[in-house]
Amino acid sequence: MPYISNTDRDRREILDRIGAKDFDELIASIPPKLRMNKPLALDNPLSEMEISTKIKRKTCQNICAGSANSFLGAGVYDHFIPAAVDSIVSRPEFFTAYTPYQAEVSQGTLQFIYEFQTMICELTGMEIANASMYDGASAIAEAILMAVRKNRLMKAILPATLHPEYVKVIKVYTEGIGVELITAPAKNGRIDLAALEALMDDSIGSVVVQSPNFFGNLEDTKALDAIIHRQAKCLLIACVDPISLAVLSSPAEYNADIVVGEGQALGNSMFMGGPLFGFFATKLDMARQMPGRIVGGTLDKEGKRAYALTLQAREQHIRREKATSNICSNESLCTLAAVVYMSLMGREGMKEVAIQSAQKAHYAASELCKLKGIGMAYPDAPFFKEFVVITPKPAAQIISAMLPRNIYPGVDMAVYGMPNALMIAVTEKKSKADIDELVNAMREVCNV
Amino acid sequence: MSKTIFEYSTRGRMGVTLPKRELEIPLEDMFGAEQLRANPIRLPEVSELDVMRHYIMLSHKNHFIEKGLYPLGSCTMKYNPKLHESLVRHTCFANLHPYQHEDTLQGALELLYELQQDLAEISGMAQVTLQPVAGAQGEFAGIKIIAAYHHAKGNNHKTKIIIPDSAHGTNPATCHLVGFEVVELKSNPDGRCDINTLRGLVDENTAGFMLTNPNTLGLFENQIEEIAEIMHSVDALVYMDGANLNALMGIVQPGKIGFDVMHFNLHKTFSTPHGGGGPGCGPVGVVEKLVPYLPVPMIAKNDSGYYLDYSNQVTSIGKVHTYYGNFAIQVRAYIYIKMLGALGLRRVSENAILNANYLMKLLKPYYHIQHEEYCMHEFVMDGTKQKKEQGISTLDIAKRLLDKGYHAPTIYFPLIIPEAMMVEPTETESIDSMNAFAEAMIEIARECKDTPDMLHEAPLCTPVRRVDDVRAVKVLDPIFQIQD
Repeated sequence: MPYISNTDRDRREILDRIGAKDFDELIASIPPKLRMNKPLALDNPLSEMEISTKIKRKTCQNICAGSANSFLGAGVYDHFIPAAVDSIVSRPEFFTAYTPYQAEVSQGTLQFIYEFQTMICELTGMEIANASMYDGASAIAEAILMAVRKNRLMKAILPATLHPEYVKVIKVYTEGIGVELITAPAKNGRIDLAALEALMDDSIGSVVVQSPNFFGNLEDTKALDAIIHRQAKCLLIACVDPISLAVLSSPAEYNADIVVGEGQALGNSMFMGGPLFGFFATKLDMARQMPGRIVGGTLDKEGKRAYALTLQAREQHIRREKATSNICSNESLCTLAAVVYMSLMGREGMKEVAIQSAQKAHYAASELCKLKGIGMAYPDAPFFKEFVVITPKPAAQIISAMLPRNIYPGVDMAVYGMPNALMIAVTEKKSKADIDELVNAMREVCNV
Repeated sequence: MSKTIFEYSTRGRMGVTLPKRELEIPLEDMFGAEQLRANPIRLPEVSELDVMRHYIMLSHKNHFIEKGLYPLGSCTMKYNPKLHESLVRHTCFANLHPYQHEDTLQGALELLYELQQDLAEISGMAQVTLQPVAGAQGEFAGIKIIAAYHHAKGNNHKTKIIIPDSAHGTNPATCHLVGFEVVELKSNPDGRCDINTLRGLVDENTAGFMLTNPNTLGLFENQIEEIAEIMHSVDALVYMDGANLNALMGIVQPGKIGFDVMHFNLHKTFSTPHGGGGPGCGPVGVVEKLVPYLPVPMIAKNDSGYYLDYSNQVTSIGKVHTYYGNFAIQVRAYIYIKMLGALGLRRVSENAILNANYLMKLLKPYYHIQHEEYCMHEFVMDGTKQKKEQGISTLDIAKRLLDKGYHAPTIYFPLIIPEAMMVEPTETESIDSMNAFAEAMIEIARECKDTPDMLHEAPLCTPVRRVDDVRAVKVLDPIFQIQD
């Protein structure tokens, strides 16, 4: 039997040693009528060789974005991952370890989390970060809940420019506590500043600002800071693309109080959208209200530098229903990938990735807009690595027509109320030739 | 003392090569000067070799399953097959995008569909969602489903969830997050739910009951039928925390014995790695009447193939994850189930139970055990004898065990057993490895008598000595101060 060490003889020996005549004696506490009287209806077991073939066959039925010419984004991005990342992440020393509760035999995990927290604070300009949340969406939800703990104000504003799938998750996470979510409308692909200003009063506890936003556009963060912080208690929750922070303002520069975001782009493969990981950072005065695990530096008995989980009195295993969050398992191994990725990239590499992604995206946008009938959906908004174009045909038709050519031209915006629009993401992995191929295909498919 | 990666940094060094720029567009032209960052990000500037040495050096400071037995109770630290890793990483799965056209995702969707079906069969539930990414998120989705059920019936007075005092901390934390009030149920002297007390707690306002089965003492809650009857009599639902499902596969189907909702921990029962704290995966199974409330999308099948099914959108609780959950973890669990089949999964549970009872038998003469009956896949012993006789705490014993090359059991949990040590060897350990572990524990029991001072000093041989976690709170140091 795979992965089970006991032989039939061992089994007998165990039963003899315990003093039980058979296995059923051990489960005597399960009333017989509750037990199954037939085997589970599952497929016959496969050997390692057979399952390998089966899985490889299944993967052949997929055409992955990695081998197609893909411009899909909307929260999950195909950035380059150096080979050394996988080499570290696939070490059993890291991936078969448990949560680092026994600090003396978990210093490896604890230290990489400490380094991760440091890097996140360096990117965001914050003072303390946690060890991760499930994804960007749940990180925003937890940020809103933390704002409620901080200022006791039950209203939060979500902009219409926030990722629509994030909004769904946030709603599910915050409705139980009784948070009222208010939508700030968009204008030209960015938050409508005047409309937001009209919504603001002293009952608003937090405002979420995603920049680059769902559509790829950069919000006017300085103006938003002024509008939001005119209310003394209101917290600005910034949701950011970590890659963009190599060149764009750190949220601290526009006085964000809590900074969260989706971290997948940092060294993690797309895996059809999971695992992802959320990062969560804030200022020190809110440390005790934070959700999730936090690692802190300390000393061992001999005064040697060491690391441990800290501020655990916030967490569910200590505080139970009074905990700041119910999170236990997080996405630790994904943050190891992120920390190794950021180390390899370093100061200049991260900047280069950000610049090349943005330049290529801008090139793609300007080339596409040279085609008749194609134009930017939000011509006045600055964007980072993703943008929306209006197409002369329904996006669904364009996507289908490009399938045989192995080009994934972008995300169909129909589900977001724009049937004739494509959202196109470009990372540093795209070459100029890849982009030209998209432009040519678009010309042919749209007959323009 | 080990340096942080930042301390290896040298200006101008780089760990990666990127392609030359093909285009040149100034940043200001793209974003406007007001959007640009004022200061450079001070990430470390190191070579690939620096990075490899540093993180491999760190890896050497970890305990992990391949190094030695990892008897953490309720965590099910079984061996994680290497086949899963290689198939997950080195196939096209890694590069699938969630918004690809469904025609290009058929292999992946078929796999997920089959996994939904297999988990439904294993649990005896009508349907399973794979979306929640952790046990606690599975609990959250499950309790939201209970809330949605009552809400749909207009029963908004149902505000209370009953939870035994032996429950995991995530249970009450989850109920609070969903907006329920938590009512604690005391365990009886047998270590199980006290039915009479339960009757007294249940009323029209009871929305549900959350039970771990087997419970955290490693005992099967044998009155589950009666419990379910009591709950169902007031239209309250019964939730099973599936953390301990490793004891039940092919033996009991929770959906057939009174449970209405349950979550699985694929990172426990189905051998996906814990990753130093995640990613996990916490699918949720429900009985027929709760299917309309499952998160969207489900994975469904029709004549033209597999697809993401949003048909329950209106009644659904919504979404708990941006996309479809932790796909890379779901793939591993799928492979595991396909390799073991019905007989294999039953053998997993049988051997988990055999091993736990064997280890309990070996340790019983040396450590106090409150509930001496046969256990399921784990048991709880405690350090009260050592505490009383030699003044040695469970923490001391746990730390000494680290010296001997083992991870400690789950300690000080469940809360109802003083000085608790919760031990779960799992089915992947052999008699030999359990003998060796027992020998280490017995040696420690001896050391408690012979050299008690050493026990207070433990651990002596780990990468660092006992870590001062009080200082970690008092002198909060959550980030390294980078020197420019």
